[in-house]
Amino acid sequence: MKHKKDGKVGFITTTFNSMLGWGRKFSLYQYPFITACCGMEYMSAACAHYDLDRFGMGWTRFTPRQADMLLVVGTISHKEAPVLRTVYDQMTEPKWVVAFGACAVSGGIYDNYAVVQGIDRIIPVDVYIPGCPPRPETIINALIKLQEKIQKEGHEWRFQKKKS
Amino acid sequence: MKYRIQQEAREGTMLINMGPSHPAMHGTTRVMLELDGEKIINCELEMGYLHRGFEKICENKTFFNMLIYTDRMNYVSPLINNTGYVMTLEKMLGIEAPERAQYIRVILNEFSRVCDHLTALAAMCMECGAFTVFLYMMKAREYIWDLMEQTTGARMTTSFIRVGGVRSDFPSDWKKTTRIAIDETRKVLKDCHGLMSKNKIFLNRTRDVAIVTSELAINYGWTGPCLRSTGVNYDVRKAFPYLVYDQLEFEIPLGERGDNFDRYMVRMQEMEQSLRMVEQCMAKIPKPSSSSESVTKGLEPAEAIKASRTKKPEERIKLSPNLEGTEKEKYPGILSGKKCIVPPKEDTYTNIEGLISHFKLFMRGHGIRPPKGEAYFAVEGGSGELGFYIISDGTDKPYRLHLRAPCFHIVAALEEIVRGNYLADIIPTFGSMNMIGGELDR
Repeated sequence: MKHKKDGKVGFITTTFNSMLGWGRKFSLYQYPFITACCGMEYMSAACAHYDLDRFGMGWTRFTPRQADMLLVVGTISHKEAPVLRTVYDQMTEPKWVVAFGACAVSGGIYDNYAVVQGIDRIIPVDVYIPGCPPRPETIINALIKLQEKIQKEGHEWRFQKKKS
Repeated sequence: MKYRIQQEAREGTMLINMGPSHPAMHGTTRVMLELDGEKIINCELEMGYLHRGFEKICENKTFFNMLIYTDRMNYVSPLINNTGYVMTLEKMLGIEAPERAQYIRVILNEFSRVCDHLTALAAMCMECGAFTVFLYMMKAREYIWDLMEQTTGARMTTSFIRVGGVRSDFPSDWKKTTRIAIDETRKVLKDCHGLMSKNKIFLNRTRDVAIVTSELAINYGWTGPCLRSTGVNYDVRKAFPYLVYDQLEFEIPLGERGDNFDRYMVRMQEMEQSLRMVEQCMAKIPKPSSSSESVTKGLEPAEAIKASRTKKPEERIKLSPNLEGTEKEKYPGILSGKKCIVPPKEDTYTNIEGLISHFKLFMRGHGIRPPKGEAYFAVEGGSGELGFYIISDGTDKPYRLHLRAPCFHIVAALEEIVRGNYLADIIPTFGSMNMIGGELDR
């Protein structure tokens, strides 16, 4: 948010921004869009051994309307693609997308007629997690990266649509 | 396009859509329902949301390359898929794995089966509201995956079972890890029995819900725990024993009524039997061909390669891409078959014969070339008979490969089973069927 007089960002607004970012990054409600193999590793990461909840993103919401973070876990085929797009559109701003695993990132080993070659052809992606499937440590690392990104983002008072 | 259920819809009923992004549909199945109040009077199932073209891919890949795709079919128990595929090839090539390799395969297969059942039941119980059971079962799976990781180097997609045997031997302290995995799984199973098996809420949702007669099950081509829950005694491990299953003692748990609870209970008891089998294998497994102490001695690979430029190194080479260290000495114990196995890395890097055989194995047009003909081989997968049907035209690629996926037949019966039940009954019914997307849609 810009200051009204000289257009510079003032002390109060930046402090507020960083507070808002801090609050947001530790209360990420996630929507796991699980389709394939990576789901198993997602389950491991979310459960007791690796415990995503330690980082403030343990709360799984199974409706897109309550979620902040869309985890696209697994292969997206051309048949699944419109469903994913609908889910993304149903999510409310602010929202972040994580491409989870090689298939979601780039189609992975399935380079053929049936599979979308990376979900960034359908929806904007914030963080890519490589691996087939990624290990839980990789997942945690990637989600911490996302938190850093959220912390640095400028947060608007009125939630405008992301320009992407 | 109008769906069948829309055309058949009666007046005064409600059409409702479940999935594919419904959490209980595991992301990849869509069920359309016609409801009268809460009663399901018609149902249509749509699958194919995870169609990845497995069978078509296989026609363009060499036999060696296809192994990694089999990992991702039933991704909860990839080692069983590997075994099924590899044993079909072995049948065509006429190779048999050494005994130690067979025991290693059985141990890993049975652990994979435990993983499969744990995941299926964990999802089923969680969808019925028992989140604790989900967390407990995932915990047990982690201990099993510790062993998998130690042995194969990967947690899930392992590609560990190779034509002619397995890729590497067990690490030296595998018995300790296995013991921990067995004990922890037993503890978890006991806890889960206590939490679920006599739980009134769980019983209400599963007992006498979605009853399947043995006739219906056979008509649909059911196999595995779901078929056995209806009282039919068919298990590939007993009916057509492969590997060393005929030398092991185990029982096949059977259900009586064929309802959701029986499917749950059969799986619970099968896990006990699987653990029992692993214990027997641990006692029976033949000694490795080389001791683990010899691995620590020898030349470093870089030195060996340097030395091999002038003359053939006499000392053994210490490290190789194998997990354990040296692989050449272990080969007689875990791999057999001349033209189908990757030569030991020591040979590949240090002498010309090894290099040539490595090259010949990975060249297009060479590699593993089974004789002309066709073969079908089935193993007992996590959710039933997992069969591979391969037609070979004598080249290094299959002419056609078909996977007989067990859950395809099981899920196909869903439409008929849930008719007449209530909407909420779909959740435990679908959960107890153990739908695995990668296998269902291929």
